[in-house]
Amino acid sequence: MQCPKCRAPMHTYNRNGVQIEQCSGCRGIFLDYGELEALTRLESQWSQPAPPPPAAPQAYPAAPQAPAWGAPHGGHHGGHYGHRRHKSFGHMLFSS
Amino acid sequence: MTPNPLLPALTARARAAAHARTSGCPCGATVTLADRPDATVVRHADTVAKAHAPDLTPADLSPRLTAAARLPGLLLPPLSPTPVDLHGRLVSFWPHGTPVDPTDPDAAPWEAAATLLARLHRTPAPVPLPPMRGPAKAALALARLRTTADGTDLAAGTTAVLRAWDTLPAWARAEAPQPDTTTLCHGDLHLGQLVRHPAPDGSWLLIDVDDLGVGVPAWDLGRPAAWYACGLLPPDEWSRFLAAYRAAGGPAVPADGDPWPALDIPARALAVQTAARAITKALAEERLLDEVEQSLVDACDRMAAVPPELAHGYAK
Repeated sequence: MQCPKCRAPMHTYNRNGVQIEQCSGCRGIFLDYGELEALTRLESQWSQPAPPPPAAPQAYPAAPQAPAWGAPHGGHHGGHYGHRRHKSFGHMLFSS
Repeated sequence: MTPNPLLPALTARARAAAHARTSGCPCGATVTLADRPDATVVRHADTVAKAHAPDLTPADLSPRLTAAARLPGLLLPPLSPTPVDLHGRLVSFWPHGTPVDPTDPDAAPWEAAATLLARLHRTPAPVPLPPMRGPAKAALALARLRTTADGTDLAAGTTAVLRAWDTLPAWARAEAPQPDTTTLCHGDLHLGQLVRHPAPDGSWLLIDVDDLGVGVPAWDLGRPAAWYACGLLPPDEWSRFLAAYRAAGGPAVPADGDPWPALDIPARALAVQTAARAITKALAEERLLDEVEQSLVDACDRMAAVPPELAHGYAK
């Protein structure tokens, strides 16, 4: 599946039994019909007194650590990589 | 632009070197791969000739070429470890390798780059080598920015870059020896510094030994770290690079946990250097910074507000 925003391939992750697709380029997330509700339901279960321990065989990948001076979206789920990626790749990543 | 008078002579040398290697040279055109003030590189058939920076002396270059010749699984070996003089420039000869495709981000060899660096950092220097030149090159970029921006109104971003530079410790500004004087480092890692040899599908190897030397190995991770921090390298590619470096036992960062105490200074220094070069270039071309260049200047702006992690690692 291709990202409708930046055309990069989307990868499927299983989060608490809900299949979600995340774009490998811009990190945007696509939810199928009913998945948002399923996630909301899971969230409300989590806030109950004794939540079951999370089983995460296919963990949703956490963003790597970033320095305090990093870009506001750097290391978080920012959505700006897609459109900037090709430009910065050939332009910046090949020179001293 | 005035043609570089060195080019015809270098082209002739590349042809001669190529013909000495193979009797049946198909003898196509000689291609200019780079023609900058600090390096001119041409290729004829499977031979590459590089004229090094005008200020590079045999004492600077020879041990670095010897090191490359002795580490054939890590660095592309030169055809000869002895450079020749051509119109006052040192020239070295190399086999041709296939570079990374700058139009295909998905094919970038992040794991190979990281693994090569980890292995390089774990390898004792095969001959005594001068310090890795990364900090000296950064200082040079800042000096050029000061000269270029001087006299005009300080170009937008210059103040931020100079302030960020001032937050760095002396070693990162090449004003004091590096705190590591034994670890073998590349000194100028970017994606243009990897080739497959033998072309087109041999192993990835590091090229360009001009800045090779002993020093702080985190410097070699500093550019990818800075690209990631500035939002130019997606998190998953940075994660792949870092994980491969750790998996290969690279000593620049701890095996697990937060790598940023070790990476912070080199990543800052390389972001500042890159921003300085971008502004210098934009001033020379009388244009504004583009979006990518601006993201580096913006990072410099934020750096001044967050001092380096003085409590950690090499920040002394």
